[in-house]
Amino acid sequence: MHEKFDTIVVGAGPAGNAAAYTLAKAGLSVLQIERGETPGSKNVQGAILYADALERIIPDFRDDAPLERYLIEQRGWLLDDEAYVGGNYRAEAFNRPPYNRYTIVRAQFDKWFSKKVQDAGGLVICETTVRELIFDGDRVAGVLTDREGGAIYADLVILADGVNSTLARKAGFHPELKPKDVALAVKETLFLAPEIIEPRFNVKGDEGVAIEMVGKITKGMIGTGFLYTNKESLTIGVGCMLSDFAAQKIPPYVMLEEMKAHPAIRPLLEGAEVKEYVAHLIPEGGYDAIPKLYGNGWMIAGDSAGLVNAVHREGSNLAMTSGRLAAETAIDLHAAGQPFSAANLAGYKQRLDDSFVMKDLKKYRRLPAALHRSPHFFTLYPELITLAAHQWVKVDGVDKKSKEREVRRAFAGRRGWLGMMGDAFRLWRAFE
Amino acid sequence: MTEAKAPAKRAGRKVELDPRLAAYQGVWVFVEHERGQAHSVSWELMGEGRKLADQLGVPLSGVVMGAPGEDTRRFCHEAFRYGADRCYLMEDPVLADYRNQPFTQGLTELVNAHQPEILLLGATTLGRDLAGSVATTLQTGLTADCTELNIDPENRSLAASRPTFGGSLLCTILTLNYRPQMATVRPRVMPMASYDESRSGPIIEQPLHLIETDIVTKVLDYIPDNRQDRPQLPFADIIVSGGRGLKSPENFQLVWDLARVLGAEVGASRPVVQAGWVELDRQVGQSGKTVRPKLYIAAGISGAVQHRVGMEGADVIIAINNDPNAPIFDFATYGIVGNALQVLPALTEAFRQHLAVARKAG
Amino acid sequence: MHIVVCIKQVPDSSQIRVHPVTNTIMRQGVPAVVNPYDLFALEEALRLKDTYGAQVTVLCMGPPPAEAALRKAISFGADDAILVTDRAFAGSDTLATSFALASAIGQIGRNMAVDLVFCGKQTIDGDTAQVGPGIAKRLDLQLLTYVSQVDRVDTERREIVVQRRAEGGVQVLQTRLPCLITMLEGTNEMRFASQAGMFRAARHPVRVWDKAAAGIEDVAKIGLKGSPTVVSKVFAPQPKASKAEQIKCESNAPKDLAVTLIAKLFTQHPALESAISAGTTGSI
Ligand SMILES: Cc1cc2nc3c(=O)[nH]c(=O)nc-3n(C[C@H](O)[C@H](O)[C@H](O)COP(=O)(O)OP(=O)(O)OC[C@H]3O[C@@H](n4cnc5c(N)ncnc54)[C@H](O)[C@@H]3O)c2cc1C
Ligand SMILES: Cc1cc2nc3c(=O)[nH]c(=O)nc-3n(C[C@H](O)[C@H](O)[C@H](O)COP(=O)(O)OP(=O)(O)OC[C@H]3O[C@@H](n4cnc5c(N)ncnc54)[C@H](O)[C@@H]3O)c2cc1C
Ligand SMILES: Nc1ncnc2c1ncn2[C@@H]1O[C@H](COP(=O)(O)O)[C@@H](O)[C@H]1O
Repeated sequence: MHEKFDTIVVGAGPAGNAAAYTLAKAGLSVLQIERGETPGSKNVQGAILYADALERIIPDFRDDAPLERYLIEQRGWLLDDEAYVGGNYRAEAFNRPPYNRYTIVRAQFDKWFSKKVQDAGGLVICETTVRELIFDGDRVAGVLTDREGGAIYADLVILADGVNSTLARKAGFHPELKPKDVALAVKETLFLAPEIIEPRFNVKGDEGVAIEMVGKITKGMIGTGFLYTNKESLTIGVGCMLSDFAAQKIPPYVMLEEMKAHPAIRPLLEGAEVKEYVAHLIPEGGYDAIPKLYGNGWMIAGDSAGLVNAVHREGSNLAMTSGRLAAETAIDLHAAGQPFSAANLAGYKQRLDDSFVMKDLKKYRRLPAALHRSPHFFTLYPELITLAAHQWVKVDGVDKKSKEREVRRAFAGRRGWLGMMGDAFRLWRAFE
Repeated sequence: MTEAKAPAKRAGRKVELDPRLAAYQGVWVFVEHERGQAHSVSWELMGEGRKLADQLGVPLSGVVMGAPGEDTRRFCHEAFRYGADRCYLMEDPVLADYRNQPFTQGLTELVNAHQPEILLLGATTLGRDLAGSVATTLQTGLTADCTELNIDPENRSLAASRPTFGGSLLCTILTLNYRPQMATVRPRVMPMASYDESRSGPIIEQPLHLIETDIVTKVLDYIPDNRQDRPQLPFADIIVSGGRGLKSPENFQLVWDLARVLGAEVGASRPVVQAGWVELDRQVGQSGKTVRPKLYIAAGISGAVQHRVGMEGADVIIAINNDPNAPIFDFATYGIVGNALQVLPALTEAFRQHLAVARKAG
Repeated sequence: MHIVVCIKQVPDSSQIRVHPVTNTIMRQGVPAVVNPYDLFALEEALRLKDTYGAQVTVLCMGPPPAEAALRKAISFGADDAILVTDRAFAGSDTLATSFALASAIGQIGRNMAVDLVFCGKQTIDGDTAQVGPGIAKRLDLQLLTYVSQVDRVDTERREIVVQRRAEGGVQVLQTRLPCLITMLEGTNEMRFASQAGMFRAARHPVRVWDKAAAGIEDVAKIGLKGSPTVVSKVFAPQPKASKAEQIKCESNAPKDLAVTLIAKLFTQHPALESAISAGTTGSI
């Protein structure tokens, strides 16, 4: 009476779509369940798509994927209250196909990806929430949805249900998320005509720009802001650790509003009309916060496994890669006629360890702690560095030597050389 | 309506009309009535029709259909006073209650016999039902829910403008190679025509060849609305409206308080209706009611275009909004930048005092 | 009983934006939804199916992605779905649309005679409420618009009784089958699809008809050619010449603002004072 599949994939974000597509293409029967009205309808991302991860799944994705602009320029800004010091990297190499990074609108991108899953033979059901996992002993045997008659069975369930992953927590696969391991990001999409975007950001055609920001915009909290150009809109957002938001009692939308009013940012948004405001969590606990990734009859991928590289703002590519690797593990076992037992699914962890996913996360494993111990990166340093820049640029009859002295005094006075060396060392170690 | 992106290419500028089309002359307004009362939209259309007829140099006619003795002649005379030069009257017992089949057949026959170039109807439940059927039967163009009617001087055709794409834009629609050109207009979008007691004109009668047994649909019963229960927003002289800016159903009571002092009707923007603070009948705007009061007070309403189209015909608009850049200030008469939760009670009190003094004096 | 429900997929118009410079529509990323009014028609048809037993066929004319709207209808309990799609339909106005849909319903009826056609009251993009009446005329069906309730259907005697919202009240109408009903909004509430319904929808082979399959031979009756109306221009609403006169006073206290406003109002619009006094006699 009940439906039964080889695999059920929960979630139609990048991780779930990558997994479902890979499985379906290999001929396994796949059911994908998504709670949103359409795939992507609730998904939040900046969003930058990194071509490489997708290319390994759908090599010719550029033919029909809904891509907004390809990035030819990256700007990095360090902001004080009224000033910023920044650097740009713009390269003609990024202006030649195949392009490396794109801005996307997740609602459209996820829908496109999901269509690929369906074309490959996957069965996709939306507007349906998986309430819990069905167990047969300690083996996951299926899922229970919120619809009448919603028990569905499968040999393998892949959880790609995003950062909250209530399912995994309910099943006891991983503990409650800790506020210090998640960032809360808020973002707005603002309509702006391409004719205005292009001159304002110095791009033409499908070229685009990404601006990453740190500094006083986050009011001393650990976090970053961003501004990306889409085809007919801009995305602006800011994210900080949930623990900080809780402690400082600043509502995230206030932070975003103030960031939008920053004299360096406001002119870029002029005339734009807010289309949507959303808030979303990002798992930023890094390597040490990664839960168990597999067990009897289940694997977990993407944000629900905490696979996000916060330093480089990479998430979707880790999600897609982990989804693909989970699928490939299952495909190989299926082909060999092996059951989806915990022992066999250990191959998934191995594949992740061998890939950039775990290697990168391991590299930055010390970073969260380093930043926690030196919040000055988000308060004092922007101030000092803009002060230095200000002295350097301003011509006011004061001799350069005195200016240098003033800057040095400011640095030493405000943080102390020892403190600064400590910060620098921790940062170096964290990035090493 | 054709997709807006269609270029105006087909609207080839020809001044000379095809003789087949040129035979159609005159502007008609369908006079809608129910239970012994003409619908005011008919007289609003009469004013608009007068303007079009004068521009074209043709007569303006009213069309009255109904059962014999059903006050039909009275409606003809009223039509004259509101500006009609003549009236076409079709009387038959089968026209006693509105039913699609006999009215479609009757109006179609009238059009075929007398060939008007423009036929206007109210965008009411009756008018929309009838207009859609008649246009399909006559195989001609029909533009629904127009907000503006004009004559395109270059080709003598009706330029009918209406909101499109959720109301954020307007479009002008022409029916070039078909006659008559049909349009419907919502009640209260146009001002009432002026009334001239002395006007009169000829009544041209035409019979309808239908007997009751030919008509498939029967009216088993008619349950009139209890007028007391339903807000009569479109015809209110004074309306106090509240929007999402009032924040809660409890605060919305402030709107009722002011309305009570002014003897006004209460209106609302769509979010307020959707949140269930007031009933659907009170929604003002594109997907609600169009109103033309003497005074419209908008509290905590941003003035989005979909709201605006329903109320900008008001003589005086007072807007209360805490955002000095709210679009409502672009078209209101008076604006108070401030917190509606404080301004509303202050206004209520000030009006109460003013009126009490005035009453004592008067 | 065989019921055809016409549903349209429309852009969610609350998300459409107008290009500030060129005044064109920025459609990108605007999600498509089932025309909300059509869900009332579909639910009413499904209720008739529950009560009397019926085959419910959903019909949509639109571009290929409109298939999603039909699948949704299947998940709720419709039995069959047909998407009529052809480039030749581009630019159809209501007359051409009703012609195409009427032809398609004619074809549907060849397999199993159609007893009832349901339409929504109107669409949120076209917003004309004309397609329903148009279909009825072309198929020579009795037309029942703005129906708030279907009281009963007698399949033996081929009769139906409905309540129809008229301007000043409700008409109770009896007519013969086949007929076309346009359903008033707010009259029922769409059901929640079961898990089995979701599976059926995901697997259902939606039939896709081009103009020939829909029984259309005369291309002069569809698309731009078959549309008497032409859009001659699209423009933004006129900004008003003058903005609101800001009421200010020294204290800017609400009380003083109110008094200032009322003084100004009644000086500049003396007729209003009598209108208000007339309206309030006895009510305070
Ligand atoms: C503001 C912001 C900016 C970002 N910017 C970038 C960027 O520029 N580049 C980048 O690579 N990454 C970025 N990320 C991170 C990136 O969005 C995520 O890493 C990525 O979306 C993870 O994909 P996923 O498939 O694991 O999860 P998700 O995309 O969250 O997908 C999970 C899906 O599962 C569904 N779901 C959840 N629970 C259930 C259930 N019980 N039943 C059924 N369905 C369920 C959800 O509806 C959702 O569709 C950003 C994130 C945020 C918040
Ligand atoms: C197809 C379509 C049809 C529509 N039809 C209609 C329709 O018929 N009628 C309609 O109204 N809308 C309609 N809309 C919706 C319309 O676009 C707007 O969303 C709606 O009118 C906004 O209502 P609002 O002004 O109450 O709310 P908001 O837009 O949220 O505005 C609230 C306003 O209150 C102000 N405010 C907040 N707090 C206070 C305070 N304390 N004191 C004073 N001011 C305060 C704010 O500054 C703001 O200007 C339609 C939309 C679509 C797409
Ligand atoms: N393209 C279409 N496909 C299917 N049904 C339609 C289509 N266009 C209109 N309809 C039906 O006709 C009704 C009235 O539409 P409209 O005249 O556009 O307001 C809608 O509620 C639908 O039921």
